[in-house]
Amino acid sequence: MTTPSNNIQIETRNLDVYYNKQYILKNINIKIPSKQITAIIGPSGCGKTTLLKSFNRLLEIQDNVRISGEIIVDGVNILNPNLNTPDIRKKMGMLSQKPYPLPMSIFDNVAYGIRIHDKKKPKNEVAEKVQHYLEEVGLWNEIKDRLHDPATQLSVGQQQRLCLARAIAVEPEVLLCDEPTSALDPIAAQQIEKLLLKLKRNYTVVLVTHTLRQAKRLADYVVFLYFGMVIEQGPAYEFFNNPKNPESIAYLNGEIS
Amino acid sequence: MNKRVIEEGVFEILMILSLVFVLGSLIIIISLVLYHGAPAITVEMLTQTSSSRLYTGRGGGILNAIVGSILLAIPATLLAFMVGLTVALFLQSDFTHPQLANSVRFILDILWGTPSIIYGVFCMVIMFILGSTTSLLWGIIALTLLEIPIITRYMDETISMVPHGLKESAYSLGLTKVETAFKIVRKQALPGIIAGVLLGLGRGIGDAASIVFLIGESNSIPSSFDSPTSALPTMIFNLYSQPDPYVRQKAYAAAFILLIIVLIISVASRILTKRLTKHIIK
Repeated sequence: MTTPSNNIQIETRNLDVYYNKQYILKNINIKIPSKQITAIIGPSGCGKTTLLKSFNRLLEIQDNVRISGEIIVDGVNILNPNLNTPDIRKKMGMLSQKPYPLPMSIFDNVAYGIRIHDKKKPKNEVAEKVQHYLEEVGLWNEIKDRLHDPATQLSVGQQQRLCLARAIAVEPEVLLCDEPTSALDPIAAQQIEKLLLKLKRNYTVVLVTHTLRQAKRLADYVVFLYFGMVIEQGPAYEFFNNPKNPESIAYLNGEIS
Repeated sequence: MNKRVIEEGVFEILMILSLVFVLGSLIIIISLVLYHGAPAITVEMLTQTSSSRLYTGRGGGILNAIVGSILLAIPATLLAFMVGLTVALFLQSDFTHPQLANSVRFILDILWGTPSIIYGVFCMVIMFILGSTTSLLWGIIALTLLEIPIITRYMDETISMVPHGLKESAYSLGLTKVETAFKIVRKQALPGIIAGVLLGLGRGIGDAASIVFLIGESNSIPSSFDSPTSALPTMIFNLYSQPDPYVRQKAYAAAFILLIIVLIISVASRILTKRLTKHIIK
């Protein structure tokens, strides 16, 4: 599978990750296309989340993690230790499995990231941005009268959309989503899926999911991981309809999970 | 009867007994202090400073000790809080390798268990070496040292319980480690931080041994950090050492006032905690 290199958002070269001497990710070479949804799928414990967290260098806040190889984003190897990690992470918004709103009001949850990256931004501009991003995730009409209530008063589904608004408010290029719907009820999950489909116009979405149906609904490109190795990667249509690898076929048939 | 049912019953009884024991001793202490001290609690007690030499006599009140205790404990707690919060935040694995952090924790635990008289003697030795004399300042220094391990370890434990996912969320917004620690983690851990400060304050305001060599005792309210001062715990000790029953009554009265001060601080901070923590995730 060849995609023109100017449309590649993230590329990994010989990426190895060890955790406590355990070999977690083995020689990962993938190319994640820009402004599409890439689903990372595979059975539990195969390293999906580890791979996702290596993209914004969240792995290294844990101890005993050793990473080697290269992750190229915008032509720069982000694993270079001389780079400023907050700058890398600002480019890579993240949505975790369970929503963790910041311990602040609904408004401040979105405003905080904006303010921290532009401390001189006038108040009314911050407020406009907050409204814009809350509208973007379809929360504004639901919560515009209680912007200054604690974010924890929202339902879990609303919290997850708030976290999405918070993530895009710092204007990232990529959205890293780690099973973002697994803690949600079906309706809230559907809202998130719709949002991801809408957001892929402006952002590159990398989605870790363990539900094949979700990957089929959303993905444009698929990376199949098994025991820390990339078994197959390619456009979603090809992967789901014409998988080449026996393990991929077994996984799609539900024989390994 | 079923063995498990008996077990359940036995532990329920044990639980009730220990509760009665704890609450009972608390009630006995307070009523004993009140019973012996009530006759001596007068307006003069609270509004006048002592007028007899080193409290050996009957004259005057204990205002100098009340003010002295507050002037000792509040600045000491503030200092210990500033040091403690910083150390506690830096002990987290984001900043410090867990092995090093655990060694620091071990040392802090030893310091927590060190008798307070050791702090007193230590500060006295330093005071002599520096050629300084007894004063409010040396009392504050000793209490600060006494409170640091308590406040730090308590905060450390509560800060460790901040969900990892919250920190990851903060980092993924592009926050630095320091911003994450001092803005997000601190907010989330606030109830524990306040509880730690209270624990330190409670220990500091009630401790006599660490300051007995350092504050110099005085009948007047200290006018500067250099002046000697009195404090409630040392005053209780001094008053109660006297044979005169009235003077002993004053000791009980002083003890009662110390209890009230601690109670007021606890209740006030509980209200404060409720107000400040409506945003935290549960």
